Amino acid sequence: MYRIDFNKLRFLICDDNPHMRRILRTLLHSFGAREVYEAEDGATALEMYTHYVPDIVITDWSMPIFDGLELAQMIRQPESKGNPYAPIIMLTGHSEKRRVTVARDAGVTEFLAKPISAKGLYQRIMNVVANPRPFIKTKTYFGPDRRRNTTNTYIGPERRGSGEVEVLQQPSLLEKARSAI
Amino acid sequence: MAKDKPGTIEVKSFGTHHVITQPNPLRKMLLRVPESDLDDPVGRAEQALAGLSGEFKEWMTIEADRLSAAHATVLREGFSDKTREELFRAAHDIKGDAATFGYPSAAAAAESLCRIIEHAPDLGAVPPQLIAHHINAVQAIVRNRTKLDTAVVAGVLSKQLRGIADEFLTHANRDRPEHLEAILAPSIVPGE
Repeated sequence: MYRIDFNKLRFLICDDNPHMRRILRTLLHSFGAREVYEAEDGATALEMYTHYVPDIVITDWSMPIFDGLELAQMIRQPESKGNPYAPIIMLTGHSEKRRVTVARDAGVTEFLAKPISAKGLYQRIMNVVANPRPFIKTKTYFGPDRRRNTTNTYIGPERRGSGEVEVLQQPSLLEKARSAI
Repeated sequence: MAKDKPGTIEVKSFGTHHVITQPNPLRKMLLRVPESDLDDPVGRAEQALAGLSGEFKEWMTIEADRLSAAHATVLREGFSDKTREELFRAAHDIKGDAATFGYPSAAAAAESLCRIIEHAPDLGAVPPQLIAHHINAVQAIVRNRTKLDTAVVAGVLSKQLRGIADEFLTHANRDRPEHLEAILAPSIVPGE
């Protein structure tokens, strides 16, 4: 059995609603987290993201200045100086399937629909800590692999072109980001 | 914080995409514990949340008043991008928070209002009473929660409002299939 050593994890939470930030902070501290940074809008969150290099980002969708979706898109810039790989958990009152797809296409790692529960939040954190997915980079997308399931029952055209051409080893961008602060 | 140095990134290049993998930088945050381990972080968090519950009534009142204030601005100034946004944001916050605060029916009424704001082709053409009834319902649910019969009444009220709102939206969007699909699609939130 595994559990998460929360006191070594650094969180950034971003929500314009002070009550929801308080709830989130309470839950994370109860899990054992010590480092929890808070932002009330996307712009501040991006600044804090670059400064504190959090391990996990938890963000609301609807926020002033720029929203959680834009925040995710700005974090997922493969050429940026910061870490583009951090898990992003989108916690939102939007509960339509269409929204989940849009969030997924922005590079969000996990989606958690409000109302929030301790169990739901813990499960999402466990997922991103224990089961990180590889990242995919295409002309139009950079983010965690959107194919969660490997199934042999898929019927339809293969949309990813095959033909492996090369394997490159690169220094970790996360390491580069951390060494820059 | 994560102190461990993440390993090198491996990039596999294919015809149309690259697959990027790196050793899990958070792997060291996983602790193997015996099955007999009694630590219950979720239970602990639920208890902490229960400890906050004494403040929920006040928080909910603040949220409901913010919604009423946004509605008052709409009544005074009409719908503009700014007034629409503030009304939607206030309703959307209640939709997301109210169930956590112990007011699931207020969340349902707020969700119905969000759908009207999001999907009505012309907010100026929405019957003002329909919006006002949603605001009043949220206020009534929040203010009268201590009454014993309120939970049942609140549930019926929010369901009726949702039914009327959906009927209006379905009719108003009869020529807008993308909105109609969104209106009729089931929520991804599990039922209570």
